[in-house]
Amino acid sequence: MPTVSMTVNGKSVSAEVEPRTLLVQYLREHLGLTGTHVGCDTSQCGACVVHVNGESLKSCTMLAGQAEGADVTTIEGLANGDDLHPMQEAFRENHGLQCGFCTPGMVMSALDLVKQNPDPSEKEVREWLEGNLCRCTGYHNIVKSILAGAEALRG
Amino acid sequence: MSATGIGASIKRVEDLRFLTGNGHYTDDINQLDQSHAWILRSPHAHAKLNSVDTSKAAAAPGVIAIFTGADMAADGVGGIPCGWQIHNKDGSPMAEPGHPALAVDKVRHVGDQVAIVIAETRDQARDAAELIAVDYAVLPAAIDMDTALSGASLVHDDAPNNRCFDWEIGDRDATEAAFAKADHVVSIDLANNRLIPNAMEPRAAISEFDRSTGRYTLHTTTQNPHVIRLLMGAFVLQIPEHKLRIVAPDVGGGFGSKIFHYAEEAILTWAAAKVHRPIKWTAERSESFMTDAHGRDHETHADLALDKDGKFLGLRVATKANVGAYLSTFGSSVPTYLYATLLAGVYATPAIYAEVQTVFTNTVPVDAYRGAGRPECTYLLERLVTKAARDLGMDPVELRQKNMIQPDQYPYQTPVALEYDCGDSPATFASALKASDYAGFEARRGAAEKNGKLRGIGISTYVEACGIAPSAVAGALGARAGLYESAQVRVHPTGSVTVYTGTHSHGQGHETTFAQLVSESFGIPADLVEVSHGDTDQVQFGMGTYGSRSLAVGGPAILKACNKVIDKAKKIAAHILEADVSDIEFADGKFTVVGTDKEMAFAEVSLAAYVPHNYPIEEIEPGLDENAFYDPLNFSFPGGAHICEVEVDPDTGHVEVIDFTAVDDVGRVVNPMIVEGQVHGGLAQGVGQAVLEGCVYDADGQLLTGSYMDYTMPRADDLPNFSVSTQGVMGASNPLEVKGVGEVGAIGSPPAVINAIIDALSPLGVTDISMPATPNKVWQAIQASSVRQAAE
Repeated sequence: MPTVSMTVNGKSVSAEVEPRTLLVQYLREHLGLTGTHVGCDTSQCGACVVHVNGESLKSCTMLAGQAEGADVTTIEGLANGDDLHPMQEAFRENHGLQCGFCTPGMVMSALDLVKQNPDPSEKEVREWLEGNLCRCTGYHNIVKSILAGAEALRG
Repeated sequence: MSATGIGASIKRVEDLRFLTGNGHYTDDINQLDQSHAWILRSPHAHAKLNSVDTSKAAAAPGVIAIFTGADMAADGVGGIPCGWQIHNKDGSPMAEPGHPALAVDKVRHVGDQVAIVIAETRDQARDAAELIAVDYAVLPAAIDMDTALSGASLVHDDAPNNRCFDWEIGDRDATEAAFAKADHVVSIDLANNRLIPNAMEPRAAISEFDRSTGRYTLHTTTQNPHVIRLLMGAFVLQIPEHKLRIVAPDVGGGFGSKIFHYAEEAILTWAAAKVHRPIKWTAERSESFMTDAHGRDHETHADLALDKDGKFLGLRVATKANVGAYLSTFGSSVPTYLYATLLAGVYATPAIYAEVQTVFTNTVPVDAYRGAGRPECTYLLERLVTKAARDLGMDPVELRQKNMIQPDQYPYQTPVALEYDCGDSPATFASALKASDYAGFEARRGAAEKNGKLRGIGISTYVEACGIAPSAVAGALGARAGLYESAQVRVHPTGSVTVYTGTHSHGQGHETTFAQLVSESFGIPADLVEVSHGDTDQVQFGMGTYGSRSLAVGGPAILKACNKVIDKAKKIAAHILEADVSDIEFADGKFTVVGTDKEMAFAEVSLAAYVPHNYPIEEIEPGLDENAFYDPLNFSFPGGAHICEVEVDPDTGHVEVIDFTAVDDVGRVVNPMIVEGQVHGGLAQGVGQAVLEGCVYDADGQLLTGSYMDYTMPRADDLPNFSVSTQGVMGASNPLEVKGVGEVGAIGSPPAVINAIIDALSPLGVTDISMPATPNKVWQAIQASSVRQAAE
C-alpha cells in the first residue's frame, strides 16, 4: 500500500493507505480527525469540506494520494486553544447550528467565501452555500452567522 | 427567577463541541478489534428468493462471516414489531404481516436486507457482497396504491388486497345529516407527496458482545434508546434489559426517521455474538434513501358542507395512506390518530367523519416524519378552506375568522376525539395578518406584475396535537406502550446537578434548555447543570424524543424531580436551622426560616445531605437524588398562522418564496433563540415539501429519487429569511405550560405556500397545483390554463 504524507492542521502526517482511499477517509479513519463528516455519496452535501492549500474542497472528491504534500486544514485546526475562531464564534452567537452534523462543512466553506469576498451580501452567502446542505436550521441562522463572522473578520 | 432560567436566550452548551469537530456521532466511534459490515440489499421491488449462495463471497479477502435470513430464522429471531395496533371498522385488528430483519422467502422493496457481510474492512465487506449469488424470481410489483388495492400482486400473502386496515372516526350519520341541509358543498382531491427525511447524518450502528458477561452494547443513531432496547430486546432478540445497553451518542438530526427500530440494529446485535467482534455499519446516503422510513404519501378526497353564510356544517374525508412494504414502528398510528383526530383544525365544524384505508406497497415503509399526520391534515384543511372561499366568492380571511373556535370555547371538544385544552387562533391570525402586511398585498402584486412576475399570497391557520402522549388515552387508541417520560435529578455534594432524561437531543438543544429548567427551579446558574441522555445504562427509562414531546412531557418530569429534591432539602434545612419544616421557604437558591434572617444556600444543604454530620438521620436518608415519572393530562395543542408570499416567473414556472411570516403559539418559551431556530427548520421542511421535494418510484418500484442528484433538498438560495414570532396562550395541560415547537413549522407551512402559488396563478384561471410545485408543473399549468388557452 502506498504511503501518503501531507500537513494537516500544521502537523506533518503520514499513513499507508489503499490507493482508493479518499481524503475524507484518510482524515477520519487514519488520522482520527472525525470533525469532518460524510453526509452523502454524491459530493452534494458539503459536510466534508476542508481547506486544501488554502481553498475549500469537498474532501470526498479527492483521493488521499492526490493530496500528497498538500497543506490541509480541518475544523479541528481552526480554534486557537480555547479561543474559537471568529467564524466559529459567530455560529455560536447566532445559533447557526442545531444537530451540528453539517456545521464543520458550513464553517470551512464560509471561511473560503469571506476570503474571496470579505463583505458578502445575504444573497451572495445563500448562493455560495449551494453546495452545503442543512436539514435543521432552514439556513436562516447560518446565513446570519456567516454575515456576522464576515463582519468580525473585517475587524 | 434565575438569569439563566426560563425565558433566557442563553447560548447553547452543545455548540462548543460541534463547532470544534469534537462531537461524537456514531460513525466517529471505533471499538478495539472492530469489524465492518456491509448489507447486501435487494435490487428488486418484489421477488421470491430462490437461493442465496454465499460460498464465493465467504472466501473473499478479509471476510469474517456472512449471514442470511435463513441463519437468523434458524436462531428463532423474531420479526421487527409495530408499536401501535389499529382496528378495522368491523372491530377486527389490522393486518400485521411478519417483518424479518433479513429477508427469508421474499424481498418486498428495493433496499430490503438480504445478507450481512462482516469483514476486516468496509471495502472488503462491500467487495465480498458483490460475490454473493442471489437467485431472484422477480414478481410483479404493487407500487401505486390503486394498483395495490386491486390485489393483483400481494406484498404479503396474509394481507388480502394489500389492505392493512380500513378505519373510521367521527359520526357518519351526523355528518351525512349536515350535508343534507347544506347550501354549498365544496370538494377537493389532493395528494400529500411522499418525502424522504434525509437527516444529514446517515444511520449507523456499532454492536458489541462481551462473552464473559453475556452483555450486548449497541451504539446506534436513534431518537429513543430505551424504546430500541425494549423492542429489540423483548420482541426480536429476546435479550433481557440488564444484558442489553443501547447508546445513542450525538445524533445528527432525526425528524422522526430515527425513531423506528430498524432491521440493521437487530442484525448487527445478533451477529456480534456470532463473530465475537464488535461490528460497525454506516449507511451510505443511497442506503438512507432506500431504507430510512419515508413520510406522508396520502391521497384524499374531502367535502366541506357550508350554510349560505359560509358557516361550516360538516366535513367528510376519505384518505388512502401508503404504509410501504412493512409496518414500521409507528406506521399505523400516523395516518389515523395523528391525522384524522385533527380534522376539526382551528374550526368549530360540528360534524366530521373520516375513513382511512392503509395500503401495503413494494416501497420503503412509511412512518412518522416531522409533523407525522398533522401536516397531512393541515394541508387538506387549509387547501379546502381556501378553495371554499374562492368557489363561493368569499374572502379567505373572513371565512376563516367566521368559523374559528373562539377563545371562550376552550376547553373545546372536537367531533374527532380530541379536546383542545387552550388556544387563541383568532389572535395569532390577526398578528400574522399584521406582521405580513396582508392589507398591503395588492400593491405588491401590482408592482410584481410590472416586473413580469405573478405574485400571490397564501394563508394557513392551524392547530396540532403534540406532547405525545397521555398514556391512558394512547393506550385506549391502540398504543402498545405508555408514553410518559422519566427524569432523575442528582444533586452533587457541592451543589452542582446532573439531570438524566429519557428524551434524546439530536439538534433540539436539550442540554441547554433542560439546564435552564433546573436553573429556574433551584436558583443556580445553568452552567452548574449537566444534562445526560442517550445511554440506557445511565438513564433509568424513557420513551425518547418525537412528536414534540421532550419539553412538554420530559420537562415536567424534570420539574417533578426538582420539586422532590426541594421538599427533601427543606427538611434538611429545617433540621439544621432548628425550625419547623413548614416555616422553611425556598426562593432564589436559598432556604430561609420565614420571618428570620436564618438561611442556607442550596449548596450548603446539598453538602449536608452527603456529609450528614448534623442531619435528621433517623427521619431522612442521606443524599439528594430524586426520580420522577410524568404522564401528561392531555396532548398539548400548539397552533398559529402562516402567511406566504411567492412570485412566479410565467416564462419558466419557477416559484420564488419571497416572504414567509409565522406567528406560532407554543405556550411558554424557555429559550427564545432555540425556539425560533426550531421554527426556521420546520418552515424549511414545509417549503421543501411544497415546492421542491418528492419521492418518485417508477412502476417497477425502482426509486428514481435515490440521491441528492435527483431528490431536491432545500438549499440556502431556495429559501427566504423567515419572519417568525411566538404569541402564547400558556399551555394548560402541563405544569411548565409549554406546548412543543419542533414540528409547527413543517405542519403549518405547506398549504400557505401552495395557496400562495394558486393565488398567483389565479388570474390565469389556474385552480390547482399539487406538491411539489416544480417549475415544470407550474409551467405546464400555465400552458393549460383557461386564460392562456382562450388567448391562443
